[in-house]
Amino acid sequence: MAPQTRKAAIVGGNRIPFARANGAYARAGNQDMLTATLDGLVARFGLQGRTVGEVAAGAVLKHSRDFNLTRESVLGSRLSAATPAYDVQQACGTGLETAVLVANKIALGQIESGIAGGVDTASDAPIAVNEDLRRTLISLGSARTVQQRLKALSGVRPGQLLPEVPRNVEPRTGLSMGEHAAITAKEWEIGREEQDALALRSHQNLAAAYGRGFFDDLVTPFLGLTRDDNLRPDTSLEKLATLRPVFGAGGSATMTAGNSTPLTDGASAVLLASDEWAAARDLPVLAHLVDAQTAAVDHVHGGEGLLMAPVHAVPVLLARNGLTLQDFDFYEVHEAFASTVLATLKAWENPAYCKERLGLDAPLGPIDRSRLNVHGSSLATGHPFAATGGRIVATLAKTLSEAGPGKRGLISICAAGGQGVVAILES
Amino acid sequence: MSDWYRDFANSGVGTTITRQLGLPRPAVLRRYEPGQPLLPGPALVGSAGEGRLRDVVTGVLTAAGVRADGGRDDERLSAVVLDATGLTGPAQLAAAHELLAPAVRRLGPSARVLVLAEPPADAATVAQAAARQALEGLVRSVAKELRHGATANLVLVPAGAEAALAGPLRFFLSGRSAYVDGQVLTLTAAEVPAGDDPDRPLAGRVAVVTGAARGIGAAIARVLARDGAHVVAVDVPAAGESLAQVANAVGGTAVALDITAADAGPRLARQLQARHGGLDVVVHNAGITRDKLLVNMDADRWNAVMAVNLQAQLDVTQALLDADGVLRSGARVVSVSSQSGIAGNRGQTNYAASKAGIIGMVRAWASEFAGRGATINAVAPGFIVTEMTATMPLGTREVGSRINSLQQGGLPVDVAETIAWLAQPGSAGVNGQVVRVCGQSVLGA
Repeated sequence: MAPQTRKAAIVGGNRIPFARANGAYARAGNQDMLTATLDGLVARFGLQGRTVGEVAAGAVLKHSRDFNLTRESVLGSRLSAATPAYDVQQACGTGLETAVLVANKIALGQIESGIAGGVDTASDAPIAVNEDLRRTLISLGSARTVQQRLKALSGVRPGQLLPEVPRNVEPRTGLSMGEHAAITAKEWEIGREEQDALALRSHQNLAAAYGRGFFDDLVTPFLGLTRDDNLRPDTSLEKLATLRPVFGAGGSATMTAGNSTPLTDGASAVLLASDEWAAARDLPVLAHLVDAQTAAVDHVHGGEGLLMAPVHAVPVLLARNGLTLQDFDFYEVHEAFASTVLATLKAWENPAYCKERLGLDAPLGPIDRSRLNVHGSSLATGHPFAATGGRIVATLAKTLSEAGPGKRGLISICAAGGQGVVAILES
Repeated sequence: MSDWYRDFANSGVGTTITRQLGLPRPAVLRRYEPGQPLLPGPALVGSAGEGRLRDVVTGVLTAAGVRADGGRDDERLSAVVLDATGLTGPAQLAAAHELLAPAVRRLGPSARVLVLAEPPADAATVAQAAARQALEGLVRSVAKELRHGATANLVLVPAGAEAALAGPLRFFLSGRSAYVDGQVLTLTAAEVPAGDDPDRPLAGRVAVVTGAARGIGAAIARVLARDGAHVVAVDVPAAGESLAQVANAVGGTAVALDITAADAGPRLARQLQARHGGLDVVVHNAGITRDKLLVNMDADRWNAVMAVNLQAQLDVTQALLDADGVLRSGARVVSVSSQSGIAGNRGQTNYAASKAGIIGMVRAWASEFAGRGATINAVAPGFIVTEMTATMPLGTREVGSRINSLQQGGLPVDVAETIAWLAQPGSAGVNGQVVRVCGQSVLGA
């Protein structure tokens, strides 16, 4: 076995521009988008016909026919058909989790290279038959006699013809993610203005990054779309202030379509490798994946917010690496909602919360906000669930690489089911 | 894209009709495919005066397995090569007539007439200069008389440049030069590396192609890759989707880059150095049109065309020259000019100016490149059938595509083949030249 581990290098990434649901990619499925994203990565790094150690990717909203989504996408791509692949599904944590999985195999010497990715479509979402009808159809399928068949069919009721549409709802609470976030926002007293300000900065930062060509080697246009179409370069606090709250109840509701992420279609991929593999092919090393941590909270009975798990994961990760929250040059906190980012930061600054909930002697403290999401995040790009992790890993790796060697970045991504995935990158 | 008229004229009933009506009868041109023989049939080699290139010519023909004995009297000739380097005065031109007249009668389809001479400017006497210059009139006229896809070209070989002839000779005889007709190419003395694999002359070379996402650029990428090069395909970020498809189709690398950006040259140089250890071939193909009559043209149209078509070529080339060790020895730069840059074109003052500027650029840079053992040349496409020409009105398109000696539009691959030839190590003696790929267009001739 390999007793020694090494840090996996992030060579580069590729994604297609993210599109608001039912827009530019309305007719594209997950496999189309993931295949195109892999092909863009192949073209950027000259991987035509090459075999990489593995491709790990996934989707949150997935058709049952896509049971082997990643492998099928590899087969449709210009990668060698000898490249193994598997699907991962951890809600919005999927993209970062795949990067961690691939990086860990590289760290252990089990593979020399791999691609991590994710894709999601809210436009081409799977629609299932009604649960009662499904049971009826299954009994019909197993019926052997005419009598049994007739009996099974007699169970069909008109109401069963209504299909089951996937909803952005927590199965155990019946609340949407936005409603959960609104509870947390209220609990942490996150104001409307600071949410709108964070959203504005996300749009401004993303627009500036596009303007200076930062995404030239991170994005490949798809189906005529060349930039994330959720980006509003000309939005303003005044415009954001006019939007009506959509989550939360009463006059105190603060969460609008402007400071929440929209349903989005898109895909992303990241090429990881050992330093040796990259050097042998004259490929760049933007950064290394240093360490990662996942955590989960009990949002059903535990009195913790649905999207607060990263708050718990980060101190564990910091302690293991002997770092403080202030030891980072860049922070990438996924903007599921502006209020989520703000609640996360506020929680880390709160002595009572850090002591009681996180078991820390002292709060993690504040961060330098000018280092947060410097090239925009999900509020501006949109958030195709499983594709967000790959977007953030590639964006942060390039950000660190541009800043020079020895720079450090922290990624924090919240996920449905009360989970969170966090990681450290270093150039 | 199909040429419906050419296909019709070559059909059974079409042959009869076009012949009786005296309509143009464009031929299906012999185009290069890997493994294809240099010439399908025998060649006739002759000379006017005491030529000095006969050995080079028969050497190239023999090495390619071509019979250089002129074949039997009843056999179609695939090429006739006239060595006119021994001309001393007009009297000896009679020998040219004597050789060519019966030979042209025997030419097969897509045959080649190639005349080799010395540059008039190097002549020892006025009579010699006159005789050498006379060849240009002869070649340009015979090119107009030839039928069935045959072409005629003149190569001027100064004393001392004999070693540089083999590569150009092979190009003009082969199917690679299908749409190059009625042209005069002047060689210069240069050290030519030995032993190209004729089927993969660019093996191991790294080639950058700008504007590679579609059209002629994509064809250039395909031909360079076919000839063995690793292609770095460059285009604007917005064209990234088709750029990736081109790069993947040719096993190359896609680089999304706006070549007019201030740091485009250094960025490209850094990437080529880091990822490929340098580069051997640069094809400046990216270009845009913003047509308007001069009186109606605003500054934006003028400036955009200049920035992309000319200034970016100057800047990127300079950046590559300046970047230490990026441009490897024996480097080849090929710029895509245009017939408009030679003949001018109504509504294209900006475009024609930029494309003429390219010609000035390669001529001015040639000696510096020669000093590095490198070359810089331009190709000037004529009417090339692309997605862009497909949107032209039928009448304009038909006239545009027929007013040349081959009576048809060229294909993107014809431009690409000429560029790939200029990119070869064996083209060391072609420098500062403008090669028209226009089927001997009447425009600007």
